[in-house]
Amino acid sequence: MTSAKTLHLKTYLMIAVIIVAAPLGNVLLAKGMKHSGDLSIWPPSALFHTALNVFASPSIWLGVACLVTFFVAYMLVLSWADYSFVQPASSLSYGMVALLGYLLLGEHISLLRWAGIAVICAGVFVVGRTNPRTTAHQASEQL
Amino acid sequence: MRDIILFTLIVAAGTGGELCVSKAMKEVGEATSFHPIEIAKVILRALRVPWMWLGVAMMAIAFFALLGALSLYNVSFVVPVTALSYVAGAFGGVAFLREKVSPQRWLGVLLVAIGVTLVFLGKS
Repeated sequence: MTSAKTLHLKTYLMIAVIIVAAPLGNVLLAKGMKHSGDLSIWPPSALFHTALNVFASPSIWLGVACLVTFFVAYMLVLSWADYSFVQPASSLSYGMVALLGYLLLGEHISLLRWAGIAVICAGVFVVGRTNPRTTAHQASEQL
Repeated sequence: MRDIILFTLIVAAGTGGELCVSKAMKEVGEATSFHPIEIAKVILRALRVPWMWLGVAMMAIAFFALLGALSLYNVSFVVPVTALSYVAGAFGGVAFLREKVSPQRWLGVLLVAIGVTLVFLGKS
């Protein structure tokens, strides 16, 4: 049995893991890919060398570890929470990825891009506030 | 053309993969404990659901497309553009699953699309 309080606590904990691990993973992947040198994928021998280069990068492996952490947290939270709740909550990742890109990679982020990210988050919240199911089902747990 | 293929793969394979994984986890049931052994058991149970494998395969495709895109553009550009998955999801739901998408959800999808457009325009 899961009490409402525990359910909320563990849900928010998992959401926190999701919105930190996913952006951090993506930023580390970006770092790895920018430092992997030549990225030709044709002919196949070039693809092989590119793959070797890419997977020799520690940043790529750290990024993959972050994304695996994200994936496990995501799987766990989806086992008890609605996709339509998790989806808007995870949209904070879009703001986080821009912040980390700016802080860790020194990416220049124009005002227009920040505005776009804010509008995306707003859109995801509006999507998340809609009824998750149009078919009849048991009343879900309320706080 | 290359960009269109990359972003389409990220969005389509990523969204499809998430839906498959979500379906699989609903079959597995709620994770009740965070003890490492319990988590391992949940993962092992999940690996026995075919939807999980399909979902993971699609996510792997999306992952390599993402690596390609990240080698070309800033991460603060690539990740927001992947939000197009909300637009794809709404149209996919209507077209393939015959879901009824409420006006409010269309409004949210429209906002996401506007946001992605702004990110594109702000590409520096």
